[in-house]
This record gives sequence, C-alpha cells and structure tokens, in this order.
Amino acid sequence: MGDGKISRRELLRLAGAGGAGLTLGAGGYAAIRGTADAAAVPGSSTVPFFGRNQGGIATTQQEHMHFAALDLITDDAAEVRDLFRAWTEAGARMAQGDPAGDENYSQFLPPEDTGEAFDLHPANLTLTFGIGPSIFEKDGEDSLGLAGTKPEALAPLPPLTGDVLDEARSDGDLCVQACADDPQVAFHAVRNLVRIARGIAVVRWSQLGFGRTASTSKTQSTPRNLMGLKDGTNNIKSEDTDLMGRFVWVPDGEGPSWMAGGTYLVARRIRMLIEVWDRVSLSEQETSIGRHKYSGAPIGKENEFAPVDLSAKDENGEPLIAEDAHVRLARQNEDERILRRGYSFTDGFDAERGQLDAGLFFISFQRDPLRQFVPLQQRLAANDRLNEYIRHTASALFAIPPGPREGGYVGEDLFRGI
Amino acid sequence: MGHPVPTIAALLCLLILLAGCGRPVVTNERAAESTDETTGETTSPNVESSPELEKAADAYEVYVADQMVLMDKHTKQFTDAVIAGDLERAKELYAPAREPWERIESIAAQLGDYDPEIDAREGDVPDDEWGGFHRIEKSLWVGGTTNGQEKYARKLAEDVDSLRGEIGGLELEPADLVIGSVELLNEVSAGKITGEEERYSHTDLYDIQANVEGSEAAFEELEPEIAEKDPMLVEDVEKGFEGVYKELEQYRQGDGWVSYEELAESDRRALSQKVDALAEPLSQAGQVLEKG
Repeated sequence: MGDGKISRRELLRLAGAGGAGLTLGAGGYAAIRGTADAAAVPGSSTVPFFGRNQGGIATTQQEHMHFAALDLITDDAAEVRDLFRAWTEAGARMAQGDPAGDENYSQFLPPEDTGEAFDLHPANLTLTFGIGPSIFEKDGEDSLGLAGTKPEALAPLPPLTGDVLDEARSDGDLCVQACADDPQVAFHAVRNLVRIARGIAVVRWSQLGFGRTASTSKTQSTPRNLMGLKDGTNNIKSEDTDLMGRFVWVPDGEGPSWMAGGTYLVARRIRMLIEVWDRVSLSEQETSIGRHKYSGAPIGKENEFAPVDLSAKDENGEPLIAEDAHVRLARQNEDERILRRGYSFTDGFDAERGQLDAGLFFISFQRDPLRQFVPLQQRLAANDRLNEYIRHTASALFAIPPGPREGGYVGEDLFRGI
Repeated sequence: MGHPVPTIAALLCLLILLAGCGRPVVTNERAAESTDETTGETTSPNVESSPELEKAADAYEVYVADQMVLMDKHTKQFTDAVIAGDLERAKELYAPAREPWERIESIAAQLGDYDPEIDAREGDVPDDEWGGFHRIEKSLWVGGTTNGQEKYARKLAEDVDSLRGEIGGLELEPADLVIGSVELLNEVSAGKITGEEERYSHTDLYDIQANVEGSEAAFEELEPEIAEKDPMLVEDVEKGFEGVYKELEQYRQGDGWVSYEELAESDRRALSQKVDALAEPLSQAGQVLEKG
C-alpha cells in the first residue's frame, strides 16, 4: 500500500464506512472467505456484552478460560472507576471481535491492541469483572472510602476443613474471567485488560483453564473432569430462569443497590492427586462419587439423568449411594444449589513431588455464598470420600456487579458517588 | 448474530492491514543506521520534524557526551585499581564506573562492537573472546583476586576511551530519544530485575537506578513536545518515574545501594511492576513523532 504509515483514520476513510474498519474479527474474516453469513462460520458468534447481567455466567459455557485476579496499587477510587470504564470499553469491543483499542496503525507507537486475536473469531468471548472483599477493607483500612457499600454477602469465606491454601494464589482486589471457545481469544482478552490496568492494578495470580467441567445449558452434554467423571450433571441450567433467579442473581433490595442483578463468584483451585486417583479401583472411584464412571448414572441406575435416590438400598440393605459419597453430600440441601462453571487446569509438574499439578478450577456463581457455597462446602470438606484424592489449594471470592448498560460501565452504581 | 460488515469494506481493511504490517517500523536497526549517518537527515518522510524536536535531540547528545566523559574517568579509576592489584578498591569502584554506561546504554550499545566488548556477560560470547566489565567482575567477586585481570582492564579502558571519542560525533534523532527511553526500562524488565546482569557482584541496583535516570533524561528533553500533544501522558509518566524512584529509595545504603541479594522475590516483583507501570505510558511518547 502506497507510502507511509496507515493510520486508523486513513483506514476508516479508505474503508468508506465509519466503524467498519474496526470489525476485522469475524466479519472481515468471513467476508474474505466468501461466506455471506458470518454467523455460519464456526466460532464467529458473539455474546452480548451489555445487559442486565454480565456475560460468562448464564452464558452457555465456553470451552476455555483465562482467569486473572488483580491487586490495586492505588488508593484513589476515581482511578479504579476509570479502570472499570476503560475495561468496559475494551471488553465491549473484544466481545464483538474488535481490537481492544483502535490506534494500531501508527508506526511510532506500540499498537493499542496486542494483535494475537486479529484474525481469530470472537469465539463467544465473555468477560466477567468482579470485586473482591479487600477493596472495601485492607489491613484494617478503608483506603478507597467504599466500606459503607460493602455487601454482607461478600464476607470472607470461613476456613474450611482440609484447606491448604496458597495465599499468593488466593483472593485479590479485582478479577477478570475471560471465557471463549478459542484459548487464544481468552488469553488475548486478559492480556489486554491487564495491560490497560498497568499503573492501577497488577496481577496477583492467574489461572488458565482448558475444557469446561460443567454444562450451563440444556443444549450441552455433560463434560468429564480430569478424574474421568462426568461433572455437573445436576447443575442449574441457564434456561431455568426460575432457578437462576432463586439461586444465582441478586434481586433488587437484597444488599446494596449496586449489586442488584449481580451475583457472587467463588473460585477454588482444587488440585487432584492424579497419581493416587489413578491407582484406585474403578469400584472405589465410583463409590467415592456415587455415580457410575462411564455413564454418569447414579449407582444402580443406567441413565445419567436418572434421579438420584439417596434412600435406595442394595440387596444387603446397604445404601446404594455411600454415606460419604460426593453426590449424596452435595445434594442434602436443596437450598444450597449453585451454578457451577469450572474448568480443568494443569500447571505442569510439581517439581517437589514429581507429580502432575492438575485438577479442577472450580467456579460457582450464587446469590449468597454464605448461605449456599459455605454450608455446602463445609459438609463436603468434612465428610466427602473424594477428599482423599483432592486438595483445595487456593480460594477466592468476588462480587460480580450487574451487567453494564449501553453507554455505562461495569460497577457504575458502586462508583457513582466518586 | 454475525457482523453487518460490508464485504468490500472488510476486504479493504484486511488488505490495508496486511500491507501495514509488512512495513518497516522504527526499530533499533533504523536508529542504528541513522546514528551512522553524519548528515542527521530524517530517514522517513512521515516522521514529524520540528525545531523543538531537533533541539531535544541536540540536548540529549550533550547528555550522552557528558555521561561518556564521566564513564571514561570512572572506568579509568576502576581499571587502575585492578591493574594496581587493589582488590578492595576495585570492587568499590566497579559499580560506580558502570553507572554512566547504564544511563546511555541504549545509545552507546549501537556503536560498533562496543557493547559486547564492554558489557558482555558470561556466555554471551565465546569464552576466549570474553572481556570487559563482567569478566573482571567475576574475578573480583568469585575468584577474590585481580590476578590475571590486567589485560582485560587495559582493554576495557581503551575501549571506553575510544567509545567516548566516537560518541562525540554522534547525530541523534528525536526517534532515538523515544526509543531509547523505553529501551532502558526494557533493559530493567528483561535483564536486571532477575539479578542476572550483576550475577557475581549483585550491584544490580546501581544499574537499575542508572537505567531509570537515563530514561528520564531522554523523556525530559521530549517533555514539552509531549505535553503539547498529550498533557495527561506527561502526568502519567512523571507519576511513573516517581513510583519507581520511591520503590528504589528504600534500598539506598550510604552513597550506593544494598546488595541485590537482599531483595526478596516479592521485593523484586514490586519493583518490576513499578517499572511496568512507568514503561507503559512512556511507550506512548512516540506520538510526538507523528505528523499532524
């Protein structure tokens, strides 16, 4: 092309359509390939970014995740507000398959977008932004001046039996969950958001997840976790709007108004003791979970979705589903249901033990962690037969504000007074 | 559902994008070429050139030359101590002699083979070609002796002296300031934070402070021009420098710095993140070179 640099302004002019130049993601690619309908290209579909709820919760669960927790390095609430504004703007663009920023053509500047998603599809990218308990109070101080707006439901999780938590991989002031059907799209999103945060927040820890370990839609089949077990058979499905309203979304009038339409995210890095599990007989594996390994059906049944009958007995009068089976303990209280949305992970080998460092990056969304996740996990942590094969190695809790309105930004109602 | 993108527009965009990607950008190579020229001509017709920018480049040339004079003097004192066999004095003078180099490294390293001759680390070059500061550093700190170092000391003094001579004729362009200021911080992020630069003497904090000072010197020359285009950016960058200096301040000891070994992993990370917080806005300084 001619001489000199191609500026974004020129690009738009040449394209002859304001805004069209931005859309080099799905549309551009699909057009080049001669596909009239971009939606017909696999991976080209997008998830709306704006709306009552943030994406990445009720969204049909994507295959890949990149999760990052950040710590603030500022005491200035206005800077945090501006960060959420910038994140919202960049997030909305990336969710459409557009670059995170539009100044990518000056020869004199580092491109605003880092570029690795330029010819990829949006792949149903969702971004879910969260706020940790520590932004309301850290080391006994309310440095941002937000303490008065802290939801009660954001109380730190109590210590749970068997926890061996790595503090450096737990908690955080803010979080970003990027989910997509293409791992590079998810990575790209987090990378660019972290870059935007430079000078205001730094990454505290991050986790890559491959392979969903739950299904959040009736259109999805139940995936297997790294134990080879079907996970999330009985999960809440987003089509069940009654259940979503009852167990996931914070209703108007519950807690501070800035959380109406939001939810709470619990993340637990659950390492599986893979080598140990692999030495366990099939019978013991099935007893531990309370389901047949291959079909996923409750013990004694054939169909994955057969109702779990906790009172069923075998010919000797013993319970078919063991007293300490995971499925029994998980289902004892219908009021504690949660929306699970976790991913398998591996961080390579643990040099100390020479063993695989892999497992389940558990994520759940719930309206009130203290009334749902906490009692559920307390019961599991105390009695679950699976505990022999897993370790909870990190934990985090975040408030997930409602979705941004068009022209607004995530967390707007929290930061409004600033 | 999908993207309402006109096919032609999208096609055009992609073509333009591809063409754009293939064009050479302002890189070190280009900067290096430009410094070889004696005419000081701008190499790209699209680079903004103004009397103010030229003045900034001229002022930075003076800074670079001043630092070279300082380096020549301090290096001579250091190599004299090595040649005299005064181990303690040599160790004392080692890090201060390197400071001027670290302030202008991004410029000085472009000239000839001076960078590997003066500043190669063990393994950067074949062992029989390895000389310069770090070869002597290893002997002083690991071997605990100046024995056998005379030839390296003499060569180092010669190289630095001749570099000082050459740098006097250097014609810098505004782009060199823009690139150099970020490059010095990239030096910190890539090689200094890990402690690998001064792996025997652990005097990395001298280098880091000097890199940041050199970066700031280049930025200060450009500052009026940047302020005209983007005053917020100046504020962000100044805040960034302040943050890095404040983070470093806690490690001062006497006239110098504590051993880098005293910094815990979390200390190094905190410092690294302060450098990132500075380098990110500073990397936007290139807009002063853009026309219009």
